Amino acid sequence: MLTLTNVTLQKGDRKILDHLNLTVQSNEIHSILGVNGTGKSTLAYAIMGLGDYPIQEGKILFNGQDITALNMTERARLGITLAWQEPARFEGISVLSYLNLAQRQQKEKTLPAELLQKVGLDPKRYLLRDLDSTLSGGERKRIELAAILAQRPQLAILDEPDSGIDALSIEQIKNVILTLAANGSSVILITHHEQMAAMADRSSVLCAGKILKTSIPEEVTRFFRNHCQPCTHVNQPETEGG
Amino acid sequence: MIDYSSEFQQLAKAYELSGGDPANLTASDAAILLVSGNRVLLEHGIPGVIIKSQPIENGVKTKITVKKGVKLKSPIHLCFGVLPADGIQNIRAEFIIEDQASANFLAHCSFPNAAQVQHIMHGKVKIGKNAHAEYDETHYHGPDGGVDVLPVMKVFVEKGGSFVSTFKLIQGAAGKVDLEYKAYVEENGSVEMNTKLFGKKNDRIKVRESIYLDGQNAHGLAKSRIVVSEKAQAKVLGEVTGNGPHSRGHVDCMEIIRGQQAKAEAIPKLLVVDETAKLTHEAAIGSVDKKQVETLMSRGLTADEAANVIVMGLLK
Repeated sequence: MLTLTNVTLQKGDRKILDHLNLTVQSNEIHSILGVNGTGKSTLAYAIMGLGDYPIQEGKILFNGQDITALNMTERARLGITLAWQEPARFEGISVLSYLNLAQRQQKEKTLPAELLQKVGLDPKRYLLRDLDSTLSGGERKRIELAAILAQRPQLAILDEPDSGIDALSIEQIKNVILTLAANGSSVILITHHEQMAAMADRSSVLCAGKILKTSIPEEVTRFFRNHCQPCTHVNQPETEGG
Repeated sequence: MIDYSSEFQQLAKAYELSGGDPANLTASDAAILLVSGNRVLLEHGIPGVIIKSQPIENGVKTKITVKKGVKLKSPIHLCFGVLPADGIQNIRAEFIIEDQASANFLAHCSFPNAAQVQHIMHGKVKIGKNAHAEYDETHYHGPDGGVDVLPVMKVFVEKGGSFVSTFKLIQGAAGKVDLEYKAYVEENGSVEMNTKLFGKKNDRIKVRESIYLDGQNAHGLAKSRIVVSEKAQAKVLGEVTGNGPHSRGHVDCMEIIRGQQAKAEAIPKLLVVDETAKLTHEAAIGSVDKKQVETLMSRGLTADEAANVIVMGLLK
C-alpha cells in the first residue's frame, strides 16, 4: 500500500531522514519505534506531505501511485491522514463541527456522539465544547483519534497517540487502533513505548533517519531494547544485532 | 406620507440578514425597540421593562430601564437601521439595570444599502448592585461598506454587578469603525468586552476598549478578535487599569491578516495603581495559524477552505 524508497529529508546541514526505505502493507498495523529526536514525527510529516517537510531524494508510492509531489489535501483525499502528537487548538470550532469536517467527504457518516464514545469521551460533555485550550492535551488527543475514525482513512499515521494519555486509557487507545484496522485501514503507529508497539503486525526501528530493522514486534522490541536504550549504534546496517 | 409598514418590512428583512429572527420583532412577550433612521417604528415594553424613546435631530434618544429584581427570561430586542443609501443615525441610549435585575440585550444594526451612512451610538449603561446584563450587538452591512460606525459606550458596574458585551461586525464590509468602550467596575464587579470584526476592502477599524477596575476584587477582560483582508487596516487598543485592591484584569487581542496589503496593529496597555492588583495581557498578530491549517488539510480541506473555517470560528 505504501512504499518509501530512498527517502531523504534534510533541514540545513542535518539529514533527518536518510535514504529511508519502508513498506506498509494493506490493512497492516505497522509500529515505528525510535527514541526521541530520531525522525519519527518527520517521517509522519513527510508521508502526510506537510509543506515544510519536502523530501529532497527518493519516492513515496501509495497504492502504486507516486504521491511525492502531491500536497497534503491531495494526499488526504487519496485516503491518508495524520493524528498529530500535539493536536491543534481551534477557537470557536466545536468538537461536533470538527468531527463533521473530518467526515464531510464520506458517503456514510458516523454519528459524532458514537465517535466520542469510542474514544472514551462522554458526548453530552464534549460535543458542543470548543476544541480550544479549555480541553486538556489528553482530551484533544482522544478527539483527534475520533476524527481519524470519522475520516475512515486507507492509511492512518498516528504520531504517538499514547503520549500524554494516562495508563488506564492506553487500552482504549489500542481499541481505537484495532477498530481502524477492523474497518480496513492501515495504521502507522509511531511510539517509543514497547508495549504499544507490540500490538502491531510488524514493527520497524527508526534510528537517525534510517529504518534499521523491520520484523515482527517481538524481534524488533528486543532489538530496540538491546541497542537503542541507550543507543549503542547510530545508523548501522540492518543486520546488526538482528 | 411615510410608509411605515414597508419600512418595517425592509428593516425586518435586514434584521434577518444580520442573523436576527424576524419573529422576535412581533413577539408580544419580549421588549422591543425598532428604529429606522430617526423614526421609532416599534417600541414595546413588558412588565418590569420600561422603554422611553423620542426622536432627536438625525436620530433617536432612548432610555431602557429594567426594574429592580426583574430577571428577564427573553432578551430585549433592539434593531437600528438606515435603509436609504445616505443618512445619519444618531442613537443616544441609556440602559439602566437596577439592583438585582438581570437582562440580555440583542441589538442588530443593519445598513444594507449604505453608500454614505453614519451610525453614531452614544450609550450609557448602568449596572446596579448584584445586577447582570449582556449586550450583544451584531452589524449587517452591504458588500461595499459605505458606513461609518461610531459606537461609544460607557459602562458603570456597581458592587457585585456584572456586564458582558459582544460587538460583532462580520457580514459585509465594515467601512469605517471607530469603537470606544469604557467600563468602570466597583467592588466585586466584573466586565467582559468582546469585539469581533472582519475588515475587508478598504475598511478602517479602530477599537479602543478600556476597563477601570476601581473596586476591590473587581475583574475585567478586554478581548478582541479581528481579521483584516485585502486593503483593510485595524488598530486595537486594549487597556486595563487596576485601581482596586486585588483587582484582576486581562487583555486578549488576536488579529489575523489575510492578504499582502492588509495591516493590523495591537496595543495592550496595563496600569497597576494598587500594588495588589494583577493585570495580564496577550496579543498576537499574524497570518492564520499554520498548524491549524495543516490539521484541517490532513482532514481533506484545501488551504483556503481551512483558513476560512479557522477565521469564521475565531469570529463566531
